[in-house]
Amino acid sequence: MATNAELIKVTDLCKYYKDGSLKALNGVSSTIDKGDVVVIIGPSGSGKSTFLRCLNLLEQPTSGSVVFNGIDITKKTYVNSEGKTVKLNIDEHRRSMGMVFQHFNLFPHMTVLDNMTLAPIKVKKMNKAEAEKKAKALLKRVGLEDRADAYPIQLSGGQKQRVAIVRALMMEPQVMLFDEPTSALDPEMVGEVLQVMAELANTGMTMVIVTHEMGFAREVGKRIIFMDGGKIVEEGTPQQIFGNPQSPRLKDFLKKVL
Amino acid sequence: MLSSAGFAKTWQYIQLFKEGLICTLSLSALTVVFGFILALIIALVRLSKVKPFDWLATAYVEVFRATPMLVQLFIVYYVIFANATLPTFKLFGFIRFERFLPGVVALSMNSGAYLSEIIRAGIQSIDVGQTEASRSLGLTGVQTMKNIILPQAIKNILPAIANEFVTIIKESSICYTIGVQEIMYAVNATKGATYRIAEPLIIATLVYFCLTFPTSKIIAFFERRMSRGDKR
Repeated sequence: MATNAELIKVTDLCKYYKDGSLKALNGVSSTIDKGDVVVIIGPSGSGKSTFLRCLNLLEQPTSGSVVFNGIDITKKTYVNSEGKTVKLNIDEHRRSMGMVFQHFNLFPHMTVLDNMTLAPIKVKKMNKAEAEKKAKALLKRVGLEDRADAYPIQLSGGQKQRVAIVRALMMEPQVMLFDEPTSALDPEMVGEVLQVMAELANTGMTMVIVTHEMGFAREVGKRIIFMDGGKIVEEGTPQQIFGNPQSPRLKDFLKKVL
Repeated sequence: MLSSAGFAKTWQYIQLFKEGLICTLSLSALTVVFGFILALIIALVRLSKVKPFDWLATAYVEVFRATPMLVQLFIVYYVIFANATLPTFKLFGFIRFERFLPGVVALSMNSGAYLSEIIRAGIQSIDVGQTEASRSLGLTGVQTMKNIILPQAIKNILPAIANEFVTIIKESSICYTIGVQEIMYAVNATKGATYRIAEPLIIATLVYFCLTFPTSKIIAFFERRMSRGDKR
């Protein structure tokens, strides 16, 4: 992967709550390359989700930087290619970062099709017919072509999450962020969502995944990050992390979850 | 007290009640529209967390909720509009605009204060995940509010808004004190002409009931239709 271009570079990221008494992130640095599939594991409260949510600024980090495509998106302004200092529009950058949530967060007042076409129509000014054609093709890819006109409440959890994934894909993001995408699902529905994610990884999509699914992490992850106490404790290939863990905390964690 | 002769006398002035009905309806409809717009602005200002504006909006809401409607109406009519020269044409040929407008303003300002709290609660009741999902798709804050939050919030608070509309129809009766020719004004005029009070009041009661009861039913119908997405 070393030859691949750098997509996101995180440097010394900190996120403090309650005036600094709670340190959710305490100096995290990492680089995500194009085509990378990074899986973040760790115990609850280790800062995994906070880290992921800082990548697209759903959480404003207390300090540190997130450089996406060469632009530090934690700042209010940046210097453009002509050397001018211009105002940073975070919405523009979020468009290139798809996000999938634990609780799906589909828009309940819209059909599946409208959920998917809203952002392309409003943000990318795509015309309705084109957006719907694209949405239907994506639904077909995840086996939900017959649910286009359903409302989210009519779907099972697994179906909802598959819709959430293709909704994010409608914007043709450069990276997909997954925040515990299977944690709110019934066990028999976890597989169908993981399968969609694995297929996505095979297409070369850059992915950052926070999950408790260790089997999936081992199979699909190209790189594993183990976090604890708001820090990256250990990172490496799945073989290194699962086969030959170094730190006692990782060994202890793996003993409990495997 | 009540007599058929009394009703017969009152009936001669039924035209006043018809006009009163039109006036009450116009007054209430305009109040709902302007009150809602005002309420939406106040609610969004309060949620924006821009300190001075937030403080002003909060003060506005608290003052209007803590003082009687009658006092607000008199201040608007006798103080704020005291030196304003309003055009003196007649709406629908009988509603005196220079009295009608202050009535609409006072009712809207009052209703806006109450509705803003309802809207604010409705907006806050929407799961923050909805905003996060929308923003993560690249929609702006305004687009998120307009397409995601408000449609859900308004659906949730529709019963409360309907209730407010019914309240406005009833409260608009207070405008007879500044000479707006709504239903209670018709009661008073009929009383002066016939020396009957019970019969005009009975008619007014019936008119008000026939206005508010179907209104709440109609809104309940639309509420059911809008909740399609909630059912399997």
